[in-house]
Amino acid sequence: MLEVGNLGCVRGDHRLFSGLDFSLSAGELMQVQGPNGSGKTSLLRTLCGFVMPEAGEIHWRGKNVRELGEAYYADLVYLGHLNAIKDELNALENLRINAGLAGNSVDEKSALAALRRMGLRGKELLPVKVLSQGQRRRVALARLLVSDAPLWILDEPLTALDTGAVGLMQELIGEHLSNDGMVIFTTHQPLQVAGVETRSLTLS
Amino acid sequence: MMNKLSLPGLLALVIRRDLVLAARRRADVLTTLVFFVMVVSLFPLGVGPEPEMLRKMASGVVWVAALLASMLSLGRMFSADYQDGTLEQMLLAPQSLPVLVLGKILAHWMASGLPLVLMAPVLGLQFGLPAEQLGILMLGLVMGTPVLSMIGAVGAALTLGLRGGGVLVSLLVLPLCIPVLIFGAGAVEAAASGVTYSSHLSLLGAALVTALVLTPWVTAQALRISME
Repeated sequence: MLEVGNLGCVRGDHRLFSGLDFSLSAGELMQVQGPNGSGKTSLLRTLCGFVMPEAGEIHWRGKNVRELGEAYYADLVYLGHLNAIKDELNALENLRINAGLAGNSVDEKSALAALRRMGLRGKELLPVKVLSQGQRRRVALARLLVSDAPLWILDEPLTALDTGAVGLMQELIGEHLSNDGMVIFTTHQPLQVAGVETRSLTLS
Repeated sequence: MMNKLSLPGLLALVIRRDLVLAARRRADVLTTLVFFVMVVSLFPLGVGPEPEMLRKMASGVVWVAALLASMLSLGRMFSADYQDGTLEQMLLAPQSLPVLVLGKILAHWMASGLPLVLMAPVLGLQFGLPAEQLGILMLGLVMGTPVLSMIGAVGAALTLGLRGGGVLVSLLVLPLCIPVLIFGAGAVEAAASGVTYSSHLSLLGAALVTALVLTPWVTAQALRISME
């Protein structure tokens, strides 16, 4: 379970948010809402530990994430604005390397299966530089399928995706939640997961 | 099938990945090497073809050129990963970040330092260095160029995301590399004048071990600061 208490974030001289309290339990889906510049990305990056919070604490399974360190990273997948894929490598190599960095050694068969599930059949061995923006995003999202981390932190996961892929993402999130996973995400597009109530957290 | 990746497995993965990337962007590797060869080859043209003088300055010239050539490739060590978001994922790796950084440094050395080491004897011959001194030059470079990559990694991590970081990193790193230059070039000169050169090489070895222990950790901290 993820618990956030009295969290505050300052970027430069600008106070983005303060006194933020929420918790996320297994099977819950939370959408962070707010206008541009309200600190959605900063909140997610703070949750990942990239940004040191100005105030407050983040606890994962009852322990402060600062103390947990790498044990916390093993339990989370972060997908940011940047896809973290290399133009020179093909989709399969990208996926296997990214899974490796996340601490999982994935064999070729399951990596191919993940890419095909993301609708990249026939594109697995093409250099990523010839793929479209949406297809690159799909390569990045395939990482979610080869991870067993319970906490997904997704920053605008639907960027550049077509309606088919958005449907697929809803399906994936639904599956993850039914496996006792947790998802916290931001999006400006509607995202509904069947049978799950989306909790919302509004930053102003 | 999914298995947890061990620490040596992670190190191997990072090295293999960076070498594959270097092999697919061959221009980057070649630039460093061609720059090295050109700078060294310019000296005889500039100072004249006197064999005695060339033999005396050979080690210094090769070392200075190696130092400058290694600066060329430093900017690329982390910047591509920073720009495409891979670095974020690396910081979130559930394993030791210094080990991951060590993998990147070793791969960087193999792609940019090792070619210089292998090229050095050819350039030494051009200056008329005798075989024994060529051996010492190479031995010094084998121990010295990894130190340059490691010190450079700290500078590259600190200047990540800054505009004009490439020049800044050279200004930061070059002064720190002076000891390596002194002992590396000094070993060959000592051998040339018939004095014992093992102390120079021992000091280079000590610098290598110290850098190996300290710099991955310092670089990892610098990367975390740069990502804030």
